[in-house]
Amino acid sequence: MSALPRPVGVRPDARKSAALARPIAVLAAPEFAVLALDQGSGTASVPVVAVGDPVRLGTLVARPAAPDSVSLHAPVSGRVRAIEQRPLVHGDGLCVVIENDGAERLDTAVRPVGWNGLAGPELLERLHEAGIAGLGGAAFPAGVKLAAARTADVSMLLLNGAECEPWICCDDALMRERAADVVLGAQVMLAASGADSCVVAIEDDKPEAVAAMTTAIDAAGDARITLRALPAVYPLGAERQLIDAVTGREVPHDRLPPAIGVVCQNVGTAAAVARWVRTGWPAIARIVTVTGSGVAEPANVEARIGTTVAQLVAACGGYCGEPLSLIAGGAMTGRALGTDAAPVTKGLACVVAATASDLSPRGPERPCIRCGDCSAACPAYLLPQQLHRAALVDDEAGLARLGLADCIECGCCDYVCPSGIPLVERFRAAKARKLERDIDRLRAEEARGRHERHLRRLAAEAEAERRAFDEARRRARPADPG
Amino acid sequence: MSEPTLLPAVAIAAALSAAAGAALGWAASRLRPDPGSLVERIDALLPQTQCGQCRYPGCRPYAEAIAAGEADIDRCPPGGTATVHALATLLDRPVRPVDEQYGIPGPARIAVIDEERCIGCALCLPACPVDAIVGAPRLLHTVVAAQCTGCALCLPPCPVDCIELQDPGNAPPPVARRRGQP
Repeated sequence: MSALPRPVGVRPDARKSAALARPIAVLAAPEFAVLALDQGSGTASVPVVAVGDPVRLGTLVARPAAPDSVSLHAPVSGRVRAIEQRPLVHGDGLCVVIENDGAERLDTAVRPVGWNGLAGPELLERLHEAGIAGLGGAAFPAGVKLAAARTADVSMLLLNGAECEPWICCDDALMRERAADVVLGAQVMLAASGADSCVVAIEDDKPEAVAAMTTAIDAAGDARITLRALPAVYPLGAERQLIDAVTGREVPHDRLPPAIGVVCQNVGTAAAVARWVRTGWPAIARIVTVTGSGVAEPANVEARIGTTVAQLVAACGGYCGEPLSLIAGGAMTGRALGTDAAPVTKGLACVVAATASDLSPRGPERPCIRCGDCSAACPAYLLPQQLHRAALVDDEAGLARLGLADCIECGCCDYVCPSGIPLVERFRAAKARKLERDIDRLRAEEARGRHERHLRRLAAEAEAERRAFDEARRRARPADPG
Repeated sequence: MSEPTLLPAVAIAAALSAAAGAALGWAASRLRPDPGSLVERIDALLPQTQCGQCRYPGCRPYAEAIAAGEADIDRCPPGGTATVHALATLLDRPVRPVDEQYGIPGPARIAVIDEERCIGCALCLPACPVDAIVGAPRLLHTVVAAQCTGCALCLPPCPVDCIELQDPGNAPPPVARRRGQP
């Protein structure tokens, strides 16, 4: 419960200056927009258009299929050319491909939103329909999260501008250049969530962003919104860690932040909300950091959702040097991209084209010396060394007891391990094995039910046949002369 | 002087032992673990393929046989080593490899009907323990891949041998989706 003197974590070298040297570049709409039905939240949306349908900018293309999927809107005007499998950031997935006619005709539904006149629940519904998703990386629907906050009667809206990953700086650039949008978005989300105060949390290694946000908050004259500068420690930008650092209260591991009266949103999400109320644009664009020594002119670019990574890199002067790998997301939590044909999704904050000079190769793995550095660095307060021992032998009960599910895969344990043990990789694999077992269990459960119903059906059929036989015999008997 | 002080101590110890023994005896008879719940717990660890390779007609009968001490825990090839481990932990028995007399553990597979050869005889329908085959007499049958447990019980009744077990990853898309195409 008590606040820690300093947030727990590590301090990797920041690599943000290259991309921050240039202002945000607004990219032209792509010739083909590739809309992934799974925008990164885990559940694919359901398309509501067919191949050949004409669409306008902002036309609804897919509707949410579950609480964790979002509405998708056409980021360009034109015609649906295909609904097919395309490479995505996480493997292949179904995409709606729209050919841009270049006319940028707006859908009739794209109109400024008079949010001040809307009651909270209606505002939430409209916000959800606009497909606003968490732009910090999880792409969880903002409307669903804010609705849960409203139900739980939260008091604080926490705007996450911490951005602790060493390469990512799209939020930093956004706060420097569009601070007023963040403040407007905060006001709309305060109205939607029913919270009565808003804290904008920014790491203190972003003085320009802090200055710009302070000016914008003062200009808005809204006493509910305050700014907090926090020490720059990775992974402070993780939701639970940020809440811990700002409020001094830990979110219980099996609950969500509204349980302690807080709802957290990314500053980029706030800006997306602001654009939506100002212009009516649904969430069809986002800012992506394109950086790494393998990119000629690193920058933050604002691209339509569905622009490919190749187009982002081309807009930044193309590849240079010998890029060894493309990383989607930051260096700490990102994943290697197999191809630059993957499209921008609502959850993609950063693309790193890394060369040998960016990557420090992990040395050969040596045995664990039980130094305990990983436990001291773990921001989720787990014991990575113990978890690792359990993961090696796939001790399911032990992993559950040690809190594998609470691992946020931030990579701090990896970063400090003097033996070069790929801890997070092992934890991810252990989580995947657990998921597989859980699915097997669910399937077994279903098969058990189906088998029981099968047996009951066979018994009922046999019984019916016996009755029919008896009936036929009884009817046949009176006529029997014998 | 020592005898008079020793005697009550021995008596108290004897009385306590008798009381504890009686309590334990009563507990052992009254609070006996429900044999039904043991069957449930064993059944929960079995893979529910209902394949009968253990020589019992389904997972539940095998669970009942294990609970009754009639069958050992090494008879389930689909469950493989993981199931033997889980059963050994639950029942506090030594871990042993799956008895190959009942089958050899392998990757999960599902049944797939070759549409070119299926004659629509419907003989495989009642054989499926989880009703995962859709079909009717003189109509093409298909296996619902998501519900197939790979038990192989549909193979023997098929008169034209048009069903085979495949790696689930290689399963062709459901017939219904291809039917509309020329």
